[in-house]
Amino acid sequence: METVQLTIDNKKVEVAKGTTILEAAKTIGVDIPTLCHMKLEDTNFENNPGGCRVCVVEVAGRRNLAPACKSECTPNMEVNTHSVRVVNARRTVMELILSDHPSDCLVCAKAGNCDLQDMAQTLGIRQIPFQGEKNEYKSDESPAIIREMEKCIMCRRCETACNKVQTVGVLSAINRGFESVVAPAFEMDLDHSNCTFCGQCVAVCPTGALTERDHSREVLDAIVDPTKTVIVNTAPAVRAALGEEFGMEAGTRVTGKMVSALRKIGFDYVFDTDFAADLTIMEEGTELLGRLSKHLAGDKDVKLPILTSCCPGWVNFFEYNFPDMLDVPSTAKSPQQMFGAIAKSYFAEKLGKKREDLVVVSVMPCLAKKYECSRDEFKTDGNPEVDLSISTRELAQMIKNYNINFNQLEDEDFDQPLGESTGASVIFGTTGGVIEAAVRTAYEVHTKKECPSVDFKELRGMEGIRSATIDFDGLPINIGIAHGLGNARKLLEDVRAGKSNFHAIEIMACPGGCIGGGGQPYHHGKVETLKARQKAIYSEDESKTLRKSHENPFVQKLYEEFLGEPCGHKSHELLHTHYYDKKNVDKK
Amino acid sequence: MTKVKSLADLKKMKEDLQSKVNLREKGDNVERMVQVKVSMATCGIAAGAKEVMNQLITELDNRSVDAVVTQTGCMGYCHAEPTIEVTLPNNDPVVFGHVDDKKVVEIIEQYIIAGKLVDGVIPVNYETVKEHKNK
Amino acid sequence: MANYKNHVLVCSGTGCRASQGEEIVLNLEAEIEKNGLGEEVQVVRTGCFGFCEKGPVVKMIPDNTFYVQVTPEDASDLVSEHLVKGRQVERLLFTDPETKEKVADSKKMGFYKKQIRLALRNCGFINPENIHEYIARDGYAALGKAFTMKPEEVIQEIIDSGLRGRGGGGFPTGLKWDITRKVQAEQKYVVCNADEGDPGAFMDRSILEGDPHSVLESMAINGYCTGATKGLIYIRAEYPLAINRLKIAIEQARELGLLGTDILGSGFDFDVEIRYGAGAFVCGEETSLIHSMEGHRGEPTVKPPFPSESGYKGMPTNVNNVETYANIPVILLEGAKYFASIGTEKSKGTKVFALAGKVNNVGLIEVPMGITLREVIFDIGGGIKDGKKFKSVQTGGPSGGCLTEKHLDIPIDYDNLLASGSMMGSGGMIVMDEDDCMVSVAKFYLDFTVEESCGKCAPCRIGNKRLYEMLDKISEGKATEADLGRLRNLANVIKDTSLCGLGQTSPNPVLSTMDNFRDEYLAHVKDKKCPAGQCKSLLQYVIDAEPCIGCTACVRVCPVDAISGEKKQPHTINQETCIKCGACMDKCKFKAISIQ
Repeated sequence: METVQLTIDNKKVEVAKGTTILEAAKTIGVDIPTLCHMKLEDTNFENNPGGCRVCVVEVAGRRNLAPACKSECTPNMEVNTHSVRVVNARRTVMELILSDHPSDCLVCAKAGNCDLQDMAQTLGIRQIPFQGEKNEYKSDESPAIIREMEKCIMCRRCETACNKVQTVGVLSAINRGFESVVAPAFEMDLDHSNCTFCGQCVAVCPTGALTERDHSREVLDAIVDPTKTVIVNTAPAVRAALGEEFGMEAGTRVTGKMVSALRKIGFDYVFDTDFAADLTIMEEGTELLGRLSKHLAGDKDVKLPILTSCCPGWVNFFEYNFPDMLDVPSTAKSPQQMFGAIAKSYFAEKLGKKREDLVVVSVMPCLAKKYECSRDEFKTDGNPEVDLSISTRELAQMIKNYNINFNQLEDEDFDQPLGESTGASVIFGTTGGVIEAAVRTAYEVHTKKECPSVDFKELRGMEGIRSATIDFDGLPINIGIAHGLGNARKLLEDVRAGKSNFHAIEIMACPGGCIGGGGQPYHHGKVETLKARQKAIYSEDESKTLRKSHENPFVQKLYEEFLGEPCGHKSHELLHTHYYDKKNVDKK
Repeated sequence: MTKVKSLADLKKMKEDLQSKVNLREKGDNVERMVQVKVSMATCGIAAGAKEVMNQLITELDNRSVDAVVTQTGCMGYCHAEPTIEVTLPNNDPVVFGHVDDKKVVEIIEQYIIAGKLVDGVIPVNYETVKEHKNK
Repeated sequence: MANYKNHVLVCSGTGCRASQGEEIVLNLEAEIEKNGLGEEVQVVRTGCFGFCEKGPVVKMIPDNTFYVQVTPEDASDLVSEHLVKGRQVERLLFTDPETKEKVADSKKMGFYKKQIRLALRNCGFINPENIHEYIARDGYAALGKAFTMKPEEVIQEIIDSGLRGRGGGGFPTGLKWDITRKVQAEQKYVVCNADEGDPGAFMDRSILEGDPHSVLESMAINGYCTGATKGLIYIRAEYPLAINRLKIAIEQARELGLLGTDILGSGFDFDVEIRYGAGAFVCGEETSLIHSMEGHRGEPTVKPPFPSESGYKGMPTNVNNVETYANIPVILLEGAKYFASIGTEKSKGTKVFALAGKVNNVGLIEVPMGITLREVIFDIGGGIKDGKKFKSVQTGGPSGGCLTEKHLDIPIDYDNLLASGSMMGSGGMIVMDEDDCMVSVAKFYLDFTVEESCGKCAPCRIGNKRLYEMLDKISEGKATEADLGRLRNLANVIKDTSLCGLGQTSPNPVLSTMDNFRDEYLAHVKDKKCPAGQCKSLLQYVIDAEPCIGCTACVRVCPVDAISGEKKQPHTINQETCIKCGACMDKCKFKAISIQ
């Protein structure tokens, strides 16, 4: 490996060629402050426009200060990261950025989690010497994401997420000079754009410019209303990340504490979305096998590969970008919507209540779920299957509101019947999990034999695009996996071009799957956080006695008592959906 | 248009086209060239100045003399029209009167090419405003 | 074929065309026909003569008579007098502002006397829409010559000539070519930066309008040297005439096989495409320009990597500006030695400047490097208008600085201008007189950079805005001496931390005026006075009691009731309520009201 020797703050450093000053400084314990820079190792998210200029350092022989995040080390370079010139410049630049930023930290959604606030504190800025005009923009409130662009510092992370990682292409810089800001084309609202609401822009935004639409107030209103029975269900990825909001190490599983907290908050029933995930496998797995057997029987019209459909960001993405392929994805609803459909039919019946009297709240790692539950096709006579969807972060905030000492809570179990789940449903929370769960069931249904092992490790990992061939007792099944919509696009383009030999493809909109969702506690650029959450998910799976969806006794009971058979008539009515060509349609 | 296929082609083309801008090149370098001014006021024209000018241009061209032929107003020697003023590089202007086709050839061959004065010189006895001022 | 005895050159640059240049051509042609001179006189539309102050310009060849401010109605006089009778049309000749004498020969005009035309050699000389005229002037001969040399030899010739980038940076052109040549790649590109954005600068436009082939030829030479087969000209869409002439030129060059495959039998292929810019100043910065051509937002990226290594579509790309290219054929045909004989030790050749502001002769000039500002302003520019006093000259466009009397005798070159706190830039040169307020001047330029900042980096996006606001505070008389310190610090930080050349130079007008006109700044903040009388907030309308007869005319005209006084007694103006509209002063018949 070619290396470069240089001096940073009078210390000799040797680093690989191509290393930036920022990275080189880190190796000797020198932390150069950064603001716009963010790099998620092992993913293709890297944002380093060199725009904020907070990381500038002095390089001997150069006329101007150099951005450490963007400057490669060269032989015998002499770098000073904290000369008077650097400190004065860095502080002045921060003062400038703050001079065009609202000072409403008290009521800002990002307070306490804001990189800008942190940096202002780190540099000890107590007053802003520059007074002048501040930018004002119209506010943009979609069902999932709120844009308050006065708070935008033009770090461009959202743009990188939206364009480079997700290839959604909605957010980009518009206007010039002082008025520059990141926005959809022609400053239209997100609602009118091709936004998939994946929320990755929110996940990386350093300030309060991009946040989720907060529904915690409405949830509280429902709980307070004595006429309502409020049912909550929580997605698998939430339990692997919620602890972080209470100072726990990333990857701490807090399922029991979470259930306990939800009861304290006042939900009448605390159920698990995992139950619906098992149900999803029954439906989606059956659909896969159905298409597969038709294909094997020589049916040329059958659409293969089948694509998973439990990720609402992904559903939005293909409705906008691949409207010619609407019959390729599975028609199975997402676990959130399946849960709502069952809760407001089967469970309402059990309670002897009308669906209007139930309020179904879902806790999701996701912002697209907020949009999903507002879709018209998921309403019966105007009443939605899921009334409110809140993010992991909103739940954490509610727990804090209730003055609950989360860390000290006793573990509690979910309520039944919709709280029972298998290990297969837990792994829905990570990339590769849905398809692994489907394989566990499909294998046994198809071969009528028990899986040699439930752990299909060839399907796991963090690679953006993965593939594996699973031997279904002599029948090779080709499986593709993509997470991040940019990766999804690549697989989809292959399918469109007829170049794909996959039988089934799992797609998750967010890098890492739901563990990296737009509603999760902020990762602040630490990919280790995502990896720890992924580990937690798999260990939760291992801790379960039942690890295959079709073994879930309450799912079996549901089919016996209510649904009949998977992909049967009633299932189709309640658990399946259809997709729309949205190429030229806005969401309103 | 036919394509220019080689550097030699290009050079040939340049030679052929030279005349298009020659006039302007000369205009840019008058002090290094023979300047001939033909007096072309009513008196001059009536006496055949136009023909003289045409002939001058042709004859000079025939002998490949780099010269600039321009017209000018009445020089005041109406008795001797057509008149022309010839300025050789680094020489004072000389005015010739009663110029006709024979005289044109003579002036070119004797004076312009060989540098010998010929008959018909009109003595110039005025000074310019500038010369006057500088006195 | 007609044997033309006279050529009538009519300036057809954007400026002269806007003043009915085309009508002049048509009228001249009609008059010539009417007088039966169609076979003898040819009217030629040319590129800019540079003397735009006095446009439209018509030049008679071969006698070199230079007519200025010609109107279409003058055509009949020009033909019947000058062409038929050989008499100069006295009233259309240029009058020397100093001597008040009429000057007929352009070579004897002060404006042209000290100029050397290399880059502008064909502007105002040939018909830019006729490739034959270019070829007749040795056009494409430099390309032909290059083919007889090795690429390294051609580049060495450019290096030896000492030519530096004329777009502002001043990077040695030959070295740039050499870097591009040395990078291995499947495809390389040659880009011509025609995104001329400095306010008031129009040399690139003039070259493209007056001599488009010189740019095409040089791009092909560059392609031969660097191994690039594709050329791209990035030009702002608001240069329609230049675009049109370029299109014609490209078409004609293709027809003659001077662009395309196997040029002049050399085996070398090269072609050129035009790309349009939307007129963003920052797109003159080469990385922004490349991003704009790629279809992205026109924003710079951090260098390195330089375009020579990784440019258009990630491929090695040689970017030079129009004027730089226009010099290349001269170097190859006349030799590096000739070129290097002009200029100073480190800046060779000539530079085109757009001379503007308070000088008598406004226009485009090409002068040898090393000429002094004094020569440019007083000899070529003909001195300050209306006999006023010279105060300052701003060079280098919005990124440059304001120089003063003490800089007038410094030989102009890249390094001297930089050392004086200004820069060469693309060659804008704006002269200011005693009536100009330097705080307002700094504000003017900053207003431009605030508008034109791309917004990518914080210091340029926000810093320049704050600088402008601080200057505004000074011109309003609301700033303190401490603000001057803050202003300077902010200006220095913006220079030090901005991402691209735009931000790194945008505070120059502020810093140079603060350095060179500190007293003027102090007058604004301490005495709350604007010595030049430009800053409205610092003016006071005052009534002199002596001439005031108390006629009350001013009271009646004042829109804010700021004037009071007894009838037939001297009046006074309440400075608190006065909005400085000046209505009272206009109305007063007794000259009792003055500005202080």
